Amino acid sequence: MNALPPRNRPVYLDNQATTPCDPRVLEAMLPWFTERFGNPHSAEHLMGREAEEAVEAARAHVAALIGAEPREIILTSGATESNNLAIKGAARFAASQGSPRRRIVTVATEHKCVLATVADLASEGFEPVVLPVGPDGLLDPDMLAEAVDDRTLLVSVMAVNNEIGVIQDLAALAKMAKARGALFHTDAAQGAGKIPLDVGALGVDLLSISGHKLYGPKGVGALYVRRRPRVRLAPLFSGGGQERGLRSGTLPAPLVIGLGEACRIAAAEMAEESLRLARLRDRLWDGLARAIPGIALNGSAAARIPGNLNLTFPAASAAALIEACPELCVSTGSACSSAEVEPSYVLTALGLSAEAASRTLRIGLGRFTSEAEVDYAVAALAAAHRSAAAAAG
Amino acid sequence: MRRVYLDANATEPLRPEARAAVLAALELSGNPSSVHAEGRAARRCLEESRERLAATLGVRPEAIVFTSGGTEANALAVAGLAASGRRVLVSATEHDCVRRAVAGAETVPVDGNGVVSLEALGERLADDPRPALVCLMLANNETGTVQPMTEVAALCRRFGALLHIDAVQAPGRLPLAEAVAAADTLALSGHKAGGPKGAGALVVQRTATPAALLRGGGQERGLRAGTEPLPAIAGLAAAVEAAEAWCREGGAERLAALKARLADGLAARVPAARLLCATVPTLPNTLALALPGVAATTQVMALDLAGVAVSAGAACSSGKVAESHVLAAMGLGPLAGQTIRVSLPWTATEADVDAFLDAYAAMAGRLARHAA
Repeated sequence: MNALPPRNRPVYLDNQATTPCDPRVLEAMLPWFTERFGNPHSAEHLMGREAEEAVEAARAHVAALIGAEPREIILTSGATESNNLAIKGAARFAASQGSPRRRIVTVATEHKCVLATVADLASEGFEPVVLPVGPDGLLDPDMLAEAVDDRTLLVSVMAVNNEIGVIQDLAALAKMAKARGALFHTDAAQGAGKIPLDVGALGVDLLSISGHKLYGPKGVGALYVRRRPRVRLAPLFSGGGQERGLRSGTLPAPLVIGLGEACRIAAAEMAEESLRLARLRDRLWDGLARAIPGIALNGSAAARIPGNLNLTFPAASAAALIEACPELCVSTGSACSSAEVEPSYVLTALGLSAEAASRTLRIGLGRFTSEAEVDYAVAALAAAHRSAAAAAG
Repeated sequence: MRRVYLDANATEPLRPEARAAVLAALELSGNPSSVHAEGRAARRCLEESRERLAATLGVRPEAIVFTSGGTEANALAVAGLAASGRRVLVSATEHDCVRRAVAGAETVPVDGNGVVSLEALGERLADDPRPALVCLMLANNETGTVQPMTEVAALCRRFGALLHIDAVQAPGRLPLAEAVAAADTLALSGHKAGGPKGAGALVVQRTATPAALLRGGGQERGLRAGTEPLPAIAGLAAAVEAAEAWCREGGAERLAALKARLADGLAARVPAARLLCATVPTLPNTLALALPGVAATTQVMALDLAGVAVSAGAACSSGKVAESHVLAAMGLGPLAGQTIRVSLPWTATEADVDAFLDAYAAMAGRLARHAA
């Protein structure tokens, strides 16, 4: 039986699945749900214009986080939509212009929404190419250089992996894509607000952001679309023509304002927060490594965000550990597939066996994780592992 | 200055039931797809919202697909059902998100009141034996005109066509049951029902199998990928439930009485003003008002300065100068550019109507003289 968790409430260490809304974000959003409910597209009256101004201020915060111009930011319902829009949008626009470029290159460890979107495009006459990663989870720029030819339309590589937290070398990868005239898209749902990302310095053309992965609300995201040189997309759906025709539908003003505030806070506090999370992460790792000899870290130890550990336990299944620690919220992998029994395709792409993958947990630390919670997690997991190993005998 | 908000068809004020649901859901920090305690609590809220909306509409919970809003719900239905090669018929006054959902949609004309021509629809369906999808809004966002859905549904059944109903403007103004029973798919928007912006829903009956627009984590039974925006969804379900109950329990009559007060006041004070679509069933909260000789944008700006928020058409295009395709399709000629939309929110009062009448009469007195 484990001791009670700090503050007697569940210890949330699944910050790659979703992050709690920052109280400052919540506070910024609330009036826009209630008294200030105007439609931001109602330019004809005061209540609409006031919502529009707040939405535009939020857009500027999103842009500033990644070094973009506000008009390069298309607001969406989330990173899944941003990724669908970036990839399908670029492909369909190019096809409509009679472009001969048909190849779309991505990586085996991408989020499902990227993999599914790229795979779908095969039925529209495109050629999906899915590259493997090394045992450290990183894509070798030379391998990308080989896969990209002058018939390649788009390369999509995520900034930070959602399961193992590794950071891809976007600047080097984007350079390889650009050298052959291909567009470069990055799914930065797990990277934005966690690591510095500057679209100019990285040379990316399209970049996806999620609100709820950076302490903002669910239901909102953004897609950066480069203006110079201009990247052209076909919309996923049409209608009122909002977001310069790329994304029709009433903008969810409160959610957009929450996203803006989340980006503002992330930009201001990223450096300090990273140091704090790295200290907590090291404390967690040191504690577990001491208590559980043979525990192994998956993915590059150097090129990773501070808030993630992906760990293979030597003698207990992830399911047994989770069952033994009901007060600990951790996961076996991506949330969308966390109810599945299949081994994580990200882990198998690193070369883990299905059996090793079944002994693996994703632990995600976040802005509201305390030292006491880390210590609780170490003690709970160590105890659970001991009894599971003893039971397995 | 007291502001009077009469632009409900652009967005409704939040209903208290929706507010409570949004606030409760904002407390849930988990991802509904996660299996731990936080995730399960979020999943419970998501499924309870689905059951709540399904119960309100009288459909199976599995028939509800949550989306980011009405536009996406309409796009999912129209593009998703057209993906199998169906021909698409849309009325001339559909919202742009339906009219432009697929290339090559055929337009069915409307009469001078915006009512779809059943004769033309029947002919189109009879002329071409290919399977069809008919897309029709229950009530128009600019004029409030309510379509003869029972007759349209009968025509669709006769010719084996699917029927998609855009019911975005209906909650809180018309009971939804009849349209739900008639539709193969039906779209709703949270913020038009008194919920928050950022969520919509598509009812997908067993007869319809749309292809997904957004692919990814397999949420919403594969029909709509992406982490579900819980507070917006919970708010949508609560809002539609509250709107439906409010509508049945005297809300619709209340709106109709306010609308009659407004129309009577106009007839008495500004005889030059013309109420459009006055001889057909319309939403009890919506009036399309023409003031001959005065540009709609001028009217709207003058009213805004006087503290009254109305619009010259749909909000999404209200920043644009283009003429309303809805009014043009009704054959209004120059009046199309001289018509404003007054749409009463669920919070409207007699004082709001009287304040509008004062502002409108003053504006008309000043501008109509000018125009004449």
